Amino acid sequence: MSPTPTPAPDAAATVPDAVHRRPSAWRPRASRALLVVPAAVAVALVVAPLLGLLAGTEWAELPARLTDPVVRPALWLSLVTTVATVLACLLLGTPLAWLLSRAEGRTATWLRAVLTVPVVLPPVVGGVALLLVYGRNGLVGGTLLEVFGVRIPFTPVAVVLAQVFVSLPFFVLAAEGSMRGIDRRVLDVAATLGASPARVLLRVALPLAAPGIASGAALAWARALGEFGATITFAGNFPGRTQTAPLAVYVALQEDPQTAVALSLALLAVSVLVLGLLRGRWMR
Amino acid sequence: MSLDAHVLAHRATFGVDIALRADDGEVLAVLGPNGAGKTTALHALAGLVRLDAGHVRVDGTPWADAHHHVDPSQRAVGMLSADHLLFPHLTARANVAFGPRSRGASRAAAHGRAERELDALGIGDLADRRPAQLSHGQAQRVALARALATDPRLLLLDEPLSALDPATRPQVRATLAGRLREYRGSTVVVTHDPLDALTLADHLVFVEGGVVVQEGSPADVVARPRDPYVAHVVGLNLYSGTASDGESVTTRIGPVVTGGHDHRGPSWVAFSPGAVALYPEPPHSSVRNVWPAVVESVELVGQTARVRLEVDPPATGEDDRAPGGTGATLVAEVTAGSVASLRLHPGTHLWAGVKAIEATAYPR
Repeated sequence: MSPTPTPAPDAAATVPDAVHRRPSAWRPRASRALLVVPAAVAVALVVAPLLGLLAGTEWAELPARLTDPVVRPALWLSLVTTVATVLACLLLGTPLAWLLSRAEGRTATWLRAVLTVPVVLPPVVGGVALLLVYGRNGLVGGTLLEVFGVRIPFTPVAVVLAQVFVSLPFFVLAAEGSMRGIDRRVLDVAATLGASPARVLLRVALPLAAPGIASGAALAWARALGEFGATITFAGNFPGRTQTAPLAVYVALQEDPQTAVALSLALLAVSVLVLGLLRGRWMR
Repeated sequence: MSLDAHVLAHRATFGVDIALRADDGEVLAVLGPNGAGKTTALHALAGLVRLDAGHVRVDGTPWADAHHHVDPSQRAVGMLSADHLLFPHLTARANVAFGPRSRGASRAAAHGRAERELDALGIGDLADRRPAQLSHGQAQRVALARALATDPRLLLLDEPLSALDPATRPQVRATLAGRLREYRGSTVVVTHDPLDALTLADHLVFVEGGVVVQEGSPADVVARPRDPYVAHVVGLNLYSGTASDGESVTTRIGPVVTGGHDHRGPSWVAFSPGAVALYPEPPHSSVRNVWPAVVESVELVGQTARVRLEVDPPATGEDDRAPGGTGATLVAEVTAGSVASLRLHPGTHLWAGVKAIEATAYPR
């Protein structure tokens, strides 16, 4: 290492001297380590628990565990309620996302901000809020009880309501983003060709936004499948009625850890399967 | 008059006040620099921009005025932009059939119509391809077929060829010109390419800063530009001045002797760059118009060189003129050989000459 580095002759003409640094061999290696070590820790933090779950499973007993009288109703309830949640997101969230994507101005900005709240709100708080609205003394719940004699809390309907509350924002934000990405001029051309606004939406905008809508639905579904706090607060934990798979895992862990592991493994498998199906076709 | 429009609209920084009229089968070209208001006018015809005042009438039916606005979907217009804007999820056939389907045609009828439109443009064999599988030129033809498949009364072309590469452009231009000859409605084509305008249009409208600066037939506009921008587009040297007698026009580059004219008073005088000869020394010949000049730039176009000159002001006898000259420019077209023999490069001092017979004067 020479004390005064001799830059290449043509570089010396264009680069001021102050830019030149003492060439040192350890610098690239050190800066690489600064990146690789935290990155490896990050990977370990995610992968180790997943491997732990696989390692902790007693594979021979797995089929028996999965047919456990607690496990099957919980898995079934989770499947039915999450599908209902995704359908509700598609039917209600798609029009909302379309209107938001076309809207400009303060109302839309505020609406977008309000819709984002459930994303950051602790789910238990969401459950309490739901209980206050749909409970027997709540604005909606009280009316339903008086007029129709219908009670919502601690029913499968409450499970779906709790899941929709937490997952609809994920769907709307993803769908709106992809709708916003559509070239407005393409929609203008559709209008000049004689297409009504409804036809523009159905035949042009929705097909073009399909990838975003699909990934929004996948996000919403995953969020609904994992829902715990709002559900247990608002819908309770009644086996076969409101006890979804995550609640069953939590309960089983206290009494029969291997059943909890089996159920967890089933949830992991279903999640990875859905992710795999969506990948390639809809998501990058 | 099938199209009768007077567009008054405002954009962020300027107002647009443009009147456009066209008969059936007529092709109107709107030319102007970027930001002149061409596209705003076109969008007002399509209904994508609302009018502040004025009107758009087609076949006597009002489409828009200050108070009424017919929705784009209810206007019989076809639109084609620089980018084809095809629906990426539909085949070429379904793209073209989209308009007829939107207007109530059956699926079979719409697809039949789409295939006839594609055949008419020589791309019937591409009907099953999606836009991603088409070249830019092919896609632009599909977009033209789509715009025509609804039998529009008004066809609006917004820089239809500008996004194509130079090799494809002549082919698509020829297709477009051929198809426009058969088309019975009125066409408005917005462009900044004079070649598009001259090959496609029957009538030219030059727009600058939101207003019409000149309009007329291509032959008239090319022969007698009345605006510096128009002169630049058609490639003529143009100066405004005053004709005090029948043989010269006094301009800011001095008196320009013409081949003779009848009018007096405010006048334009124009001559082509090809009529300008360059001399290293003051010429001792019959050339009546001679100016000292400095080369600003030299640009080779094929075998010809376009030389941009700054003309020195006429000698007044006093030596108090500004070193920058008059600021007036003059374009000369000379052979590549002349560039070499005269050693032309920016800063070269020389003399530019134009024969009187080459300079045309007409009233301003």
